[in-house]
Amino acid sequence: MLTTSPTPVLNLAAAAPELLLAIGALALLMVGVFRQNQAGALLVHWLTVGLLTLAGIAAFLGGGDTQYAFGGVFVSDGVSRFAKVFIFFGTAIILILSRQYMQRAKLLIFEFPVLVALAALGMAMMVSSADLIALYMGLELQSLSLYVLASFRRDSVRSTEAGLKYFVLGALSSGLLLFGASFVYGATVSTEFVVIAERIAEGEPNVGLVIGLAFVLAGLAFKISAAPFHMWTPDVYEGAPTPITAFMATAPKMAAAVLMVRVLYDGFGPTMVPEWQQIVSFLAAASMLVGSIAAIGQTDIKRLMAYSSIGHMGFALVGMAAGTEAGATSVLVYLAIYMTMNLGVFAYILTMRRNDVAMTKISDLSGLWQRDGFSALCLTVLMFSLAGIPPLAGFWAKWYTFGAAVEAGLIWLLVIATVAAVISAFYYLRLVKIMVFDEAAEGFDGPMGGEFRAVLGLSAAVMILFVIGGLGVTEMAADAATIYAR
Amino acid sequence: MTSEGFLLNLILWLPLFGGLVLLWMGGGREAERLAARRWSLAITVITFLLSVVLFLGFDPTDTGFQFVTDVDWLGGLSYKLGVDGISILFVLLTTGIMPLVILASWDVDKRVAQYLAAFLILETLMIGVFVALDLFLFYLFFEAGLIPMFIIIGVWGGGRRVYASFKFFLYTLLGSILMLIAMLWMANYAGTTDIAFLLTHEFPSEPFEVLGIELGAGVQTLLWFAFFASFAVKMPMWPVHTWLPDAHVEAPTAGSVVLAAILLKLGGYGFIRFNLPMFPIASDQLANFVFALSVIAIVYTSLVALMQEDIKKLIAYSSVAHMGFVTMGIFTATQQGVDGAIYQMISHGFISGALFLSVGVIYDRMHTREIAAYGGLVTRMPIYATVFLLFTMANVGLPGTSGFVGEFMTMMGAFKVNTFIAFVAATGVILSAGYALWLYRRVVFGTITNPALETIEDMTTREIVIMAPLIAATLYFGINASAMLDVFSPAVADLLENYHAAVGAPESLLIQPGDAAASTAASAAH
Repeated sequence: MLTTSPTPVLNLAAAAPELLLAIGALALLMVGVFRQNQAGALLVHWLTVGLLTLAGIAAFLGGGDTQYAFGGVFVSDGVSRFAKVFIFFGTAIILILSRQYMQRAKLLIFEFPVLVALAALGMAMMVSSADLIALYMGLELQSLSLYVLASFRRDSVRSTEAGLKYFVLGALSSGLLLFGASFVYGATVSTEFVVIAERIAEGEPNVGLVIGLAFVLAGLAFKISAAPFHMWTPDVYEGAPTPITAFMATAPKMAAAVLMVRVLYDGFGPTMVPEWQQIVSFLAAASMLVGSIAAIGQTDIKRLMAYSSIGHMGFALVGMAAGTEAGATSVLVYLAIYMTMNLGVFAYILTMRRNDVAMTKISDLSGLWQRDGFSALCLTVLMFSLAGIPPLAGFWAKWYTFGAAVEAGLIWLLVIATVAAVISAFYYLRLVKIMVFDEAAEGFDGPMGGEFRAVLGLSAAVMILFVIGGLGVTEMAADAATIYAR
Repeated sequence: MTSEGFLLNLILWLPLFGGLVLLWMGGGREAERLAARRWSLAITVITFLLSVVLFLGFDPTDTGFQFVTDVDWLGGLSYKLGVDGISILFVLLTTGIMPLVILASWDVDKRVAQYLAAFLILETLMIGVFVALDLFLFYLFFEAGLIPMFIIIGVWGGGRRVYASFKFFLYTLLGSILMLIAMLWMANYAGTTDIAFLLTHEFPSEPFEVLGIELGAGVQTLLWFAFFASFAVKMPMWPVHTWLPDAHVEAPTAGSVVLAAILLKLGGYGFIRFNLPMFPIASDQLANFVFALSVIAIVYTSLVALMQEDIKKLIAYSSVAHMGFVTMGIFTATQQGVDGAIYQMISHGFISGALFLSVGVIYDRMHTREIAAYGGLVTRMPIYATVFLLFTMANVGLPGTSGFVGEFMTMMGAFKVNTFIAFVAATGVILSAGYALWLYRRVVFGTITNPALETIEDMTTREIVIMAPLIAATLYFGINASAMLDVFSPAVADLLENYHAAVGAPESLLIQPGDAAASTAASAAH
């Protein structure tokens, strides 16, 4: 008997940002179809930026208590709002940054911003899902948009290869997820997280449930590119057009990590924490080690950032493995800081062009300090922050996750995290060395656009200023995570 | 925040402010460079004067923390600063050395503003380590200091600067992240990150086994090792000292001075502030382990120093040996031992700083650090020969210089606990006389064989001005030891009282601070 299903009403107000985005994206698609030229595409581009900003503001202002919508499959609470604010604003910034690149590559057609908006919509639904089927819908909406975006440069072998690879492996992981979900349904006779959690609390966790859990986690691990499900990441990052890479390295990471929190904390918590803690700890340890060791040999900065993202996801999983309120807070804080760092780094990568050809080799950054002191300083700050050196924000991100893990008694995991942090510090330092110590290489084209400068500078400033009270982000995250208080 | 607390905050943040202004000023043209130099000199001198004011207002008889600031801060932590008898001298040492460092870098021409800014930012971070009274604030300053030093070595260093800077960074990072985990555990267990509280808090010490290894003091042993990993690398102790010679050799002169005079002291300060008082039972059980490492450091690195062909490397190895006395003294947990260790650290700050400056003087003229390239300097550079002799002797530990007091007291402390250790450590004194005097003979005495030395000039006024305060300090504290001992002895006595209460050691090892000061003053006056 499904008696505990919460407020089975439509309650559209709870999903206001999503509805706004869905209707807006479809309207913009129409605008694009009827004005098929460069000016039209540019118009759609800027309108999408505006739309995402509006959605972000709506998510930010839509305070209040936990609200369910669509018969309990959709939830709007602190955690989902926190994630949505970052997803929407992050996506808007990525769009602003990608205009120049896409125009030069003759890729700025109206489908691009609309697909990005639809991906953002999918992410918003992921972080708000309170049901396995809603979860799957959001995930697929996001993934399908990203598959198309990854292969957006249709005449490039690398890009189409990236898209295809992403699609095939993504389909496999979706299959795993669905397979696991069917086991969970078999064991609990429900797809709603609230009901699943209740059923689990009532009886002993049985084998079917554990198998279901393992498969669901495997599918989700693929989405956040946690090792050993990370194989696609470097190739897709390298092959996709750089703005798409920047996109994939920011908002979807937040969405997938929060989704994982939803499944584990809402659905399988708190009774089954010991069961999934082992799996998540293993994913965390493997990701941290793979991310840090494999990155050492990279020469392409996009591939490097791919391994860096694998490693960072590992650190975020360390906090998630705690299974406590502090764990949820740490994941939110980690992802917020990680997104900000990546936005700054990719803002610079997008401007790396020489003779109108995009450069992605690390050696192209050689001696940047002598050519462009401002960018070099900002990137140095970002690299130290990515390496997690205090007092920069990257350190605080690790501080919160480590703190949650200590509370949960996962000391062995922290020892691995320590080793991984030191190894990963090596390649971030190598980037600093190349930029600051080495002799200057040939400069990049022209002056940097104002938008890149602004994003790079702001992101570096946030890294430094975070030490002053966490800029309110930590409090927001802690407030959001109070729903997991026990 | 009290007005006294404000003074400490000012001392802490003024250099950072100065550094940021420098970065913003830039240093392209000659006039700008001069302005940058004058600005950083002014900032460091003002910081020093402020810290002297702080010292004059300090009450050594009060063993608690003074000039305390306590404000709530990020993530349940507090921004808490303060000084006690132990830390105030390190603050003075830092602020006192920095103007000399700036003067010593007067001739640097490559990206002057950024270079000086890095030193000013580093100064804030180093002072921060000594005055932080919150566990994580301490960690923040401790770790953040890596960034400017990494850049100083990497950009302005010698030929293998990249290798040296990476080695320096990664070695120290590994140690300090282990410490971070221990700190998180402690904060979680004790429910606070306030160092003043943790100093009197008892951590569990019931023995248990991990992976089949029996831990004599249980959790305390694990925590002790986590902190030890960090401080031992920073110190540096044998066998994790190998980053130091590389870093010293490749760092510019001013970088070497900061490294030797101040950064190496962070490790010893950490042992006194954390390992000894917070984990007394583990410290007691592991004292012999530290003694073993210390005497190996003293004897082995002294022998290695004998074989060096590079002047800076030789002094770097001699630093490792001298730090061996410090770790030995600290873990004797006797009044003389710990007093001596602090004394040795401060005095090593003057002496090793001056030695690296001395190397800088001839390096600036000849652009080589090879011992074989020198010889017979005394004929062309009499003033230099005198100064270098004084500091060579102080390095050896000649009575009458501050180097003697520290070494003697640590050995006295060691003698009370373990005669054999004191015996082996004493051979280190002989060896240090060996390598230091031999170095002096090869560089200064003899006849000039290298034709490039025929025209070498003696020390300039600026160089003499840099050396003068160091000479004065070395001699003054060599004769009047109680001037310094009176500042930190009461705090050390208090610390040891808690320590022995926790360990339950015989009373005979406890000597009242007054006695200690009197006895060492008497011995130093010999």
